[in-house]
Amino acid sequence: MQKLGDFKLPQFFNYPPYFTLQPVRDTREKQVQLWKELILDYCRTQKIFVIGLEEEFPLFSNHLIESRSLSNEINLIHGAGSLSNEAREAFLSALVSEGRAEWLDRGHRKCLILWHRIQDWADILLHFVRDNGFEDSVMTVEEIRTGVESRGTVHTLTMKSKSAVVHLLPAVELHGIDRIILMRALKLLEHKGKLAIFKGTSADDEGVKFSV
Amino acid sequence: MSTATTSFFEPASVTSSGRPVLHQAEVECHLLSSVDLETEPTTTATTTINSLDFPALKSGLGILTTHRLLWLPSNATTDSSSPISIPLSSVTHIFSPKKSIKSMFHSPRIRFQVSVHSRSVVVTLVIRGKGDIDGFLTKFWDCWRGRAWEIGNDSGGGSSSGSVPASGSVSGGGLYSSDGSVRLVGVSGILRKEQEMWESTDKSLQEAFHDLNALMIMTAMRKAKEMVILAEKMRQKLLSGSSSQSSSGNDEEMGSKEEMQDWLLSVGIVSPVTKESAGAMYHQQLSRQLADFVRIPLEKAGGMINLIDIYCLFNRARGTELISPEDLLQACSLWEKFDVPVMLRKFDSGVKVIQNKSHSDEEVFARIKNLVSKPEALRSGITASDAAMTLGIAPAMAKEHLLTAESKGLLCRDISPDGFRFFINLFPEINSDDIHMMNSGGPYLVSSSMSCLWKPGEGSWDLFSLDKKLVAVSAQKSETSTQHYNRLLMQRIFSHFTRSAIKCQSNLDRPGFKVALRRDDHKVAAAAQRHDFEHTIKST
Repeated sequence: MQKLGDFKLPQFFNYPPYFTLQPVRDTREKQVQLWKELILDYCRTQKIFVIGLEEEFPLFSNHLIESRSLSNEINLIHGAGSLSNEAREAFLSALVSEGRAEWLDRGHRKCLILWHRIQDWADILLHFVRDNGFEDSVMTVEEIRTGVESRGTVHTLTMKSKSAVVHLLPAVELHGIDRIILMRALKLLEHKGKLAIFKGTSADDEGVKFSV
Repeated sequence: MSTATTSFFEPASVTSSGRPVLHQAEVECHLLSSVDLETEPTTTATTTINSLDFPALKSGLGILTTHRLLWLPSNATTDSSSPISIPLSSVTHIFSPKKSIKSMFHSPRIRFQVSVHSRSVVVTLVIRGKGDIDGFLTKFWDCWRGRAWEIGNDSGGGSSSGSVPASGSVSGGGLYSSDGSVRLVGVSGILRKEQEMWESTDKSLQEAFHDLNALMIMTAMRKAKEMVILAEKMRQKLLSGSSSQSSSGNDEEMGSKEEMQDWLLSVGIVSPVTKESAGAMYHQQLSRQLADFVRIPLEKAGGMINLIDIYCLFNRARGTELISPEDLLQACSLWEKFDVPVMLRKFDSGVKVIQNKSHSDEEVFARIKNLVSKPEALRSGITASDAAMTLGIAPAMAKEHLLTAESKGLLCRDISPDGFRFFINLFPEINSDDIHMMNSGGPYLVSSSMSCLWKPGEGSWDLFSLDKKLVAVSAQKSETSTQHYNRLLMQRIFSHFTRSAIKCQSNLDRPGFKVALRRDDHKVAAAAQRHDFEHTIKST
C-alpha cells in the first residue's frame, strides 16, 4: 500500500488517467467525486486548511507514475502523474460548489478546504464549550486555536478512554484550526446569540464571551 | 409477341447503386433526364409490329455512350420498367429534327430508326426535362458515326474507321481523336493503349507458333514439341514483361494476364462521370459511380475509410477527369437519397469517413477492449498508433475509434509528455463509498490483470506471470509469497480458480502474503496466508 506520510493512499492513485482531467461526462463525474473524497480525506487527517494551486501539494502528483514516464526532463514543467492547473481548479471548484471549500481570492489561486462545513465547526465549538464548562467564560480566539485549555483536554481525554479519541473529539478537532474558519464559525454563533465577539487592542487578541 | 420489348431491345445491366454497367472501352457521352422512349412500327418492317407490344418507357434517364443508347427507369424501386439498351450499331438512320410551329409547343423529340434482326422500328426520344438537346443530338451523331464498337471488336480495323467523316468532332467536345477513333480517357486509357499494343505483338507471335506446330506434326520430332513448350513459356514471360513495364515496376512476378486485368481495373475508371457528359445530373451520377467505386477499397480497409483517402483513390482512378473535394462531398451527401450500401459518417472531431451501412462499432470496440486489457496496456496505456497497428488502419482513423470508445465510457485518457495514451476505464470499478475498495466482480477485474496496474514494481503480478511465480513444492502443491497483502491479487486468484475448491488458511507466524495451490485430481486448491488475514472460501 502506497502512503503519503501516515496517509494511506487508495489503489487508484497509481492509475495514470486519474491525473488527467477526463473529458467524457460520466467518467469525469466519477473522477471528480473520487478526487473530492481524497482531498477531503487527506486534508482532514493531515489538518490542512488551505490548498494553494501554485504550491506543491502532495496529493496532486504521483512520483511513482512520474518515474515510470520516459521523459523525466519535461516532467519538471508539467509531468506524467501530475495534475494540471486546470484539473486542480476543476476538482477544487467541485468542492466549492458543494460547500466543502471556498476560494480565498478572486483569481482562484488559494482554496479553503472545509472538511467540516462552517455549521459543523460551530457545533463542534459548542460541544467544546459545553464539555469543558466554558458556558459563561471569556476566551481569546488564539486560546481556542492553540491555547492550553484545548490541548489539556485532549491529553486527559486521551488518557481516559482510547476509543473516545477516534471520533470527533471537539478539542482535538479545534486544535490548530484555521483562523478564517474559526472566525466564520464564531460569527455564525454570534449571529445566533450564543456568544459575543469583542475587539482587543490588536487583531490577535480578539475575545469571545460565551453565553450558551 | 408479348415479349417484344425485351427481345427487341437488349436489357441493360446496372450496378447496385444504379449506374449502368459499361462494356469494355465504352465511354459515357451525354445524359438526359426525364426521357420517354416511344416506338412506332415502320412500313418497311417485314413483320407487322403492334405498337402495344412496346410499352411506353416513361420518364427515365437517357444515357448516350460511345456504343449504346441506354434508358434507365428514374426510380428502380417503384418503376416496373427494366433498363434497356439500344446498340448504336443497330441504328440505321437518325432523322433530322422537324422545324415546325407544332414542334415549338411540344417537348423536344429525337427520332431515329433501329433495325434488329431485319425488324425495323422508329424510336422517338421525348425529352421532357431540361437538358442540352442540341448537344445530345450532336453527340448522338458523333457516336453513331464514330463506330467505336467496331474498334472494340477488331483491334486491327480500328484505324480504318478514319474514313468516316469527322465533321462532328470539332464541335463534339473532343471525345474523338482526329482519326475518328474514341479518345481514351484517363490513366486507364493510356494503359489500354499499351495493352492493345502488346496484344497485337502477342497475336503475331501466336501465329508464328501455329506454323511451328505444323512443322512439328510434319517432322514428328520430340525436340520440336519441347521447343513449342519453351516458346510458350517465353510468350508468357513477354506478357508479364509488358505488364511490369507499364507499371514501371521491376516486379517480374507481376504475373499473368488476369492479374494485369485486375490491376487495370483498380487503376482506371473507364468512363468517368464528367460535368460535360452528365450536365445537371453530374452530382447524382457521380454519387452513384462513387458508391460503386468505394466498394473494393472499403473492403480492403475493413469497412471504414477516410474521405481523404477516397478522394485520392477516386481521382487517381479517374486519371485526367479530376473532381474537386467539394464535388466529392456533395456526391457523398447525396447517398442518403439513394439506396446504396455505403454512407458518409462524421466523427465528433469533424473527421469524415465513408463506411458500410452494415459496419458496426461494436466489433471495433471489442478489439480495442481486448487490446487495452493486455498487461502492458493496463500499466501504460495505448496510443493511437498502437491501436492502428492492431486494427490495421490509419492512425488518424484509429484515434477516432479510440475517442468514440472513450465517449462510450470504455476508455479514458492520460495526457503526459509521452503523449496521448488511452487506458481501460476503471473509474466505474472504484467503490464510491470507500475509495480504498474496488467493486469486485466487475468485468475488468476478472478479465484483466489488475494487480500489475495497482502495484508497480515489486508486488506487481498479473495472471500471466502468476503461473510463473508459483514455485512447485511437490507434484501436488505449489506456492508463492509476496511482501504485501494485495487484495486485488487475492481477487485474481479467486476468480482464476472459481470453479475449483479454494482454501485460504491463516498462518500468524509469518507476515506477508502467501498463496499455496494444491492440485489433487481435478481440483485445485489455493491457500492464501497473511498475518491478519483469515479467510476460507469454498466453491464448487
